[in-house]
Amino acid sequence: MNTPVLLVGILVLAVGTFSLRFAGPALRSRFEVPERAQQLLAVAAIVLLTALVATSALMDGHGPAGVARPAGVLVGGVLAWRKAPFVLVVVAAAATAAGLRLLGVP
Amino acid sequence: MFIIMPMRSIWRTLDRGLARDIGLVCLADGVVGLSYGAISVGGGLPLWVPILLSIVVFAGASQFLFVGIVAAGGSPIAAMIAGLLVNTRHIPFGLAVSDVIGGGWRRFAGSHVMTDENVAFAMGQDELEQKRAAYWAGGIGIFICWNIGVVVGGLAGSVITDTDAFGLDAAFPAVLLALVLPSLRDRSTRTAALVGVLVALATTPFLPAGLPVLCALVGLLFYRAPKGALEVSR
Repeated sequence: MNTPVLLVGILVLAVGTFSLRFAGPALRSRFEVPERAQQLLAVAAIVLLTALVATSALMDGHGPAGVARPAGVLVGGVLAWRKAPFVLVVVAAAATAAGLRLLGVP
Repeated sequence: MFIIMPMRSIWRTLDRGLARDIGLVCLADGVVGLSYGAISVGGGLPLWVPILLSIVVFAGASQFLFVGIVAAGGSPIAAMIAGLLVNTRHIPFGLAVSDVIGGGWRRFAGSHVMTDENVAFAMGQDELEQKRAAYWAGGIGIFICWNIGVVVGGLAGSVITDTDAFGLDAAFPAVLLALVLPSLRDRSTRTAALVGVLVALATTPFLPAGLPVLCALVGLLFYRAPKGALEVSR
């Protein structure tokens, strides 16, 4: 393994990732953002997070994720919708997926 | 000193239920860190690689992708580009939580500890003070648990390599879902999010990891600000 190239890859990823994270706060400190745009930015974060939920629940790489994981997320989602405690939502989602896999469901 | 003062006020602001929820997510992240350390070392990488990545990059999905590509014999430069693509979502996150992070030195530290989880925790709170407390407690807690997990996992090797067996791959989407659900009660936000979900799912088979989620922002075209919201939010 070529250690210098590996190190460069890691450090550029680190600097790049920090820049991506820092860009938003740095931009907003420089410009006065109208209230309407601020609201849109908050909605943008929700849209992104929801898309992240859907893709990480239903997809694995470029294909579908099988049954156990979506089923687990669905159980968690229904519990959250019924305003169950957060801990229960998380544990039930994990337990459902783990249980189904134990039964041989992919 | 710099860290301790805000930590104290974070602790005062967090209510016990929220602190417990954040603690649970930190713990789950620590377990995923265990598996990440073990998978990296098991894949033939030296221990310093996953540890360095976890400290200086600190973005789980891009780290898994990076070590996956490198351990499979791929180029570190290709792994770096793939990792950066996955992390592009931090730009819109940063725009949304800028006020929550704060200015000065906080902007640097706060940007580095930005994750899906603590952004979602912050968006789930009503008042700025609570958003701040949730964001920082989540960010610092996850940073600590993740890094401890990676070191222990890397040292212990193949103890936990398959977190899917515990259903943790289902737990994380459920965490984010529980945190965004209250915001989705607003009809216009929900429409935008649903369009975004469809676009992200439809593009996942064709685009490199990270971009489909970014494409979801198309959903914003379907967002209509509720009338009078501007006056109310003041």
